Amino acid sequence: MANVEKQVQLIKDISGSDPYKCMRCGKCSASCPSYNEMDIKPHQFASYIIRGDIDELVESKAAWKCLSCFACIERCPRDVQPGKLVDAARQIVERQREGDYLQPDEIPALLDPETPQQLLVSAFRRYRR
Amino acid sequence: MKYSYYPGCTLKNKAQDLDIYARRSAEALGFEMEEIPEWQCCGGVYPLGSDEIATKLASVRALNYAKEQGQDLITLCSACHHVLKRVNDDMKNVQDISDRANNYMALEEPYRGETKVLHFLEVIRDVIGFDELAKKVVNPLTDKKIGAYYGCLTLRPGRILEFDDPENPKIMEDFIRALGATPVIYSMRNECCGGYASLKDPEFTKSRTSQIFEDSTGFGAECLITACPLCMYNLNKSDADTKVPVYYFTELLAEALGVKEEA
Repeated sequence: MANVEKQVQLIKDISGSDPYKCMRCGKCSASCPSYNEMDIKPHQFASYIIRGDIDELVESKAAWKCLSCFACIERCPRDVQPGKLVDAARQIVERQREGDYLQPDEIPALLDPETPQQLLVSAFRRYRR
Repeated sequence: MKYSYYPGCTLKNKAQDLDIYARRSAEALGFEMEEIPEWQCCGGVYPLGSDEIATKLASVRALNYAKEQGQDLITLCSACHHVLKRVNDDMKNVQDISDRANNYMALEEPYRGETKVLHFLEVIRDVIGFDELAKKVVNPLTDKKIGAYYGCLTLRPGRILEFDDPENPKIMEDFIRALGATPVIYSMRNECCGGYASLKDPEFTKSRTSQIFEDSTGFGAECLITACPLCMYNLNKSDADTKVPVYYFTELLAEALGVKEEA
């Protein structure tokens, strides 16, 4: 349990966001372009953290499906900023656990002649430590 | 008027059009873009973690260089604009990040967010003015119906980027009008194209870009303009029936100003 509390605190620290302010209005999920891709939805992020279900959140697909479009961050009426919470979960995977979403070996097969540098640097930043 | 200019990684490679037409247009509009020597890539995505410092230093170096020149800093790429403005906000307003980044940089004078970061379009709106731009247009794009595709990174979060109203922007529409064309307003103009997901999941980004084309052409758009190389790539990869050409806003600007071909 102590470990769960530590992880909850870590998510709060990394995100700088307070999950207790969430009122589950669902505006984030309604705005999220990746809603259909996510197993845990943006309006649920805060409740996973409050309940201490950190493993489930950290092991979910949601963190990798976030596009950093900042729609949920812009539109959250309570400033909970779900995108920051799920990014903190992603950070926990990358800092403490195995499981980068992108491996360098995969890259050559994913390239095409038009691939912009911006795509590669962005993917490396979001999919790896 | 002289600006420090941060081109970013993609404008030196796959998005050279975005850069070259901006340089020619700037000359025609009477301002100078002086490229920052030895700039480093911004990383494309702003690091959200409140304890991340190292990933922000490339931006801090560019920002501090502009400060030392006494110049405002100009960017073109949506991602660079986003990252530089947000890191600048951290340096100005977030004590912990600012202190730790300065400890690392060990500058003679600490950097505290003094540099003003401007997107190229903001220079046109706030310094030159759309009326002045319209006067300098020699080839008006009359009868062209153009949809502005803002995407995410130019607009959000609005309270930090202060580029325009993030839900109802008009800077690109005003720009289109100044070039003599007709802007087409559509609801997907400030929604995400799928961004970096296209690397591992191109089918997903295609579903996003299909919606963007369907929506914009449904309102009559004959082409779209963007400021983002990744939006450009994703939109170009679309196989939508309603696909229309996509241009960097600087290409249409250079065309309207009569400087598209090298003098």
